Amino acid sequence: MDLNAVLAHPFWGALIRIIIALGFLLSIVPFLIWWERRLLSWMQDRIGPSRVGPFGLLQTICDGVKLFFKEEIQPRGVDRFVWMIAPGIALFPAMTAYATIPWGPNLQLTPVANVNIGVLYVLAISSLGVYGIVLGGWASNNKYSLLGGLRSSAQLISYELAMGFSLGTVIIAAGSLELPKIVASQLEPFWGSVPWLHNWFILTPWGFIGGMIFLVSMVAETNRTPFDLPEAESELIAGFHTEYSSMKFAVFFMGEYAMMLVFSALFTVLFLGGWSPLPVNLTYLADHTSVAWLAGLLRFLESSWIAGFWFIGKLVGGISFYIWLRATLPRLRYDQLMALGWKGLMPLAILNLAAVSIWIAFGIVPGLIAAVAITVLFLLVTMGGLKKFEARSVTLLDEAVPLR
Amino acid sequence: MTSDLFVFWTLAVISVFTGVAVIATKSAIRSALALVVNFFILAMFYFLLGSQLLGIVQIFVYLGAIMVLFLFCIMLLRVGHAEQLTETGGLKLAGAGALSFAFLALLMSQVLEPVSRTANLPDPQSVHAGVSTVEAVGAGLFTRWAFPFEVTSVLLLVGIVGSILLAKRRV
Amino acid sequence: MVPLSGYLTLSAILFTIGVIGVIIKRNPIVVFMCIELMLNAVNLTFLAFARYHPAPLAHDLAGRTEVYLAGQMYVVFVMAVAAAEVAVGLGIIMAIFRLRKKVDVDDMNILRG
Repeated sequence: MDLNAVLAHPFWGALIRIIIALGFLLSIVPFLIWWERRLLSWMQDRIGPSRVGPFGLLQTICDGVKLFFKEEIQPRGVDRFVWMIAPGIALFPAMTAYATIPWGPNLQLTPVANVNIGVLYVLAISSLGVYGIVLGGWASNNKYSLLGGLRSSAQLISYELAMGFSLGTVIIAAGSLELPKIVASQLEPFWGSVPWLHNWFILTPWGFIGGMIFLVSMVAETNRTPFDLPEAESELIAGFHTEYSSMKFAVFFMGEYAMMLVFSALFTVLFLGGWSPLPVNLTYLADHTSVAWLAGLLRFLESSWIAGFWFIGKLVGGISFYIWLRATLPRLRYDQLMALGWKGLMPLAILNLAAVSIWIAFGIVPGLIAAVAITVLFLLVTMGGLKKFEARSVTLLDEAVPLR
Repeated sequence: MTSDLFVFWTLAVISVFTGVAVIATKSAIRSALALVVNFFILAMFYFLLGSQLLGIVQIFVYLGAIMVLFLFCIMLLRVGHAEQLTETGGLKLAGAGALSFAFLALLMSQVLEPVSRTANLPDPQSVHAGVSTVEAVGAGLFTRWAFPFEVTSVLLLVGIVGSILLAKRRV
Repeated sequence: MVPLSGYLTLSAILFTIGVIGVIIKRNPIVVFMCIELMLNAVNLTFLAFARYHPAPLAHDLAGRTEVYLAGQMYVVFVMAVAAAEVAVGLGIIMAIFRLRKKVDVDDMNILRG
């Protein structure tokens, strides 16, 4: 029985795909946590975990073992059932959403299920991530946790909209919801005319704006700094997972990192050209070079053999971006968060959708004009608001009522 | 028993169970949680019925937005705990049960009997081959159903304005 | 193959559960959730009929094939209406709560602000 027959088999092929995707997801999370701690230390001029194993690589595994054997503390008055299942609910969407992400051109290996509504599927499933946080926050019977859950639900609904609209640009441009087809449409000639460049969506004006909106919203959806209001250590004492200890805390933690991974992968697929190594079309260059070994090297770099590695490289880049943000930016105030989501990202995303429609319907020149006009219009309108935004202080509308 | 029957019955049992849980639990949060599971199972039914788009829209709209809004309100109004707003008396419960079962019996007797009498149901597989894609629904929305589509957008706008008016302290 | 009556029975049961909930619950948010359950039961019926009794009502954009979409379209519109309804309804509940500091349905019997 040869490998291709096994991969084409409906059951065994699916099992192999699941093992690849899930094995990767579960095995890379400890190293991501190590990478976060290490990179963050370097950025803050520290050393970070360096004792256990080479470069401290085994530190996270030790932490995991420690968490596993720790005593689990369950506070009085928790809603037992909801409290138990909340961490599981937090981990579930990350694992499920990962099923449609393609890493390479070989469709028999990577997306577990190549569904024809791919983008919508990932968007819908990833929006379920908030339930773990909200329910965990409520069930803990702790006012800080409750506040964390409340903030999380409002934040997620607000940024989901902007994210949906920015995904709309990609869907309109690619003409498909299937993730492999979206990647394939990014491997076409740049702006439909330059054959030696790939048409990565981040390199088009609407794609750039959409990509930036997606980037901001994905940080907000994963509750990471500067949008980590649900767990804000300094005000809410870790928010929704204040009361969680031992393995339940570990599962929450893993869910957060798995979700970061999913969103990085989605950003890579939708805007950064998926598994292609560079925006330059290496195969085209290989066809037009006379040096034989160079042509061979270029072809190898863009072949399907190492496509997965480029993809994983971009994933790690996305995660590093998250960590970079965490090391750089302070947390937003709650009203700033809402203002950014509703008054900043949402209108820009809708205008951007108009720009991409003009680009697709009338060609590049009207599209460029529309993109520039929309950007200028948006900046003019928001600049006035921005001045107020900078100077404003928050006045309490109501007397603070203590939570029971 | 074929595999799709097996899937149907499993999902149906979970669906009815969570549906009962919505009204049987005392805590509003648990009701909401049961309803979340119920809507998720309904999305699975939509997939079974061959409309992938609506299944995913069900997850996206109901689970991603509406139920989160419900949870937000329950937590904000602090009505989630069991001791608050429990039901009054068994008489109302019994009356409601009797009324509802009469209603269910009426519904089933009027609908199920003619449906089961209809012979020669078309084979769904052949009718729906490759139809319920995103493309088809989108084309339908912008051609034959363009007018209701626009009216719905106006309705949503009215909903937005109305909820902002209700929520704002000073207009 | 799953019979159409299976889907219809399930839908009727879910609808009845929603009716019972609306009658016996005093928490307005739970009452609201039961209304959502009823709407979803109806959606299930629409989709089941769309699958088993398709009505050819439209053509796709290129006019190539007939599209059997009436049931699915209804569900799209029901979902949109439900979304608008939830936004306004929860807004009303919040406004009532702000006025009266409690949200028992049985207390909402005075027809003045």
